[in-house]
Amino acid sequence: MFEAVAFYLFAALTIGMFTITVMTSQALYAITAMAAGMIFISAFFFILGADFLGAIQIIVYTGAVMALYAFGMMFFDTTRNVVEKRTNPQIVFVLGVLAAVMVVAIFVAPIVSNNIEALYPINPTVGNSQAVGMVLFTKYLVPFEVAAVMLLVAMIGGIVLAGKKMDKSLTLMDEEEIAMMQRIHNRHQEKGEH
Amino acid sequence: MEITLTHYLVLSSVLFAIGLIGVMRRKNLLMLFFATEILLNATNIAFAAISHYIGDLSGQMFAFFIIAIAASEVAIGLGLLIVWYKRTGKIDLDQMNSMRG
Repeated sequence: MFEAVAFYLFAALTIGMFTITVMTSQALYAITAMAAGMIFISAFFFILGADFLGAIQIIVYTGAVMALYAFGMMFFDTTRNVVEKRTNPQIVFVLGVLAAVMVVAIFVAPIVSNNIEALYPINPTVGNSQAVGMVLFTKYLVPFEVAAVMLLVAMIGGIVLAGKKMDKSLTLMDEEEIAMMQRIHNRHQEKGEH
Repeated sequence: MEITLTHYLVLSSVLFAIGLIGVMRRKNLLMLFFATEILLNATNIAFAAISHYIGDLSGQMFAFFIIAIAASEVAIGLGLLIVWYKRTGKIDLDQMNSMRG
């Protein structure tokens, strides 16, 4: 009973928040509604018994990802209203048909595969975090390490892309100035090699 | 009134549809990123629900990796967006036509 009440409550809240995110023309409303929606989604993980995943969802999404987006919003000019796109109706039609086919596939998949059996059954004697740790560091150890390398690459890429020439505004310069700056930079690099 | 796997899958597909609507109607690239986050979260719900109802932890593992991928996507995407904004002063999709696509 409580599970049903919680499910419907959080489902309505999540759908409402994400609808605001998609439909609003104010960037600030969009980011706030999405942060709320992420926290409501973590409620589903707690209902489903995936405690560790729920905690990660709150920490990573509402902590890290939202902070990054807030930084981006401060950097970009988001005070003006967001203009909507006028899309080609044919593209919308094709994408809509594809989405409908995919939804049907999603609903058919559990019916077709009734004889699925758990490869890594949830151990009822240990908590969720411990069970996740045991599976993650045995069966999924290599993907875990690859994900770590991927995050490192993303971090370095973010620093290189965003942190370069933060003191200069490339927007306010014209093309010749940028080209000149590039030449000076190249000359410095050549000098550094010798 | 028991909540079954189908309930969660319906919710997941509804959220995915909302994300798709966002991808199709947004022109501002930052708003487009928001819509992709919604898409990733919808799949996360489906993974966690299937993991719970089948009694297998693999679904939660996939959800973890999706979260890691989403985090790195945001870092790289925002970095590229900042470089683009420094060059042009705009982050609209319509302005990105330098490849004449």
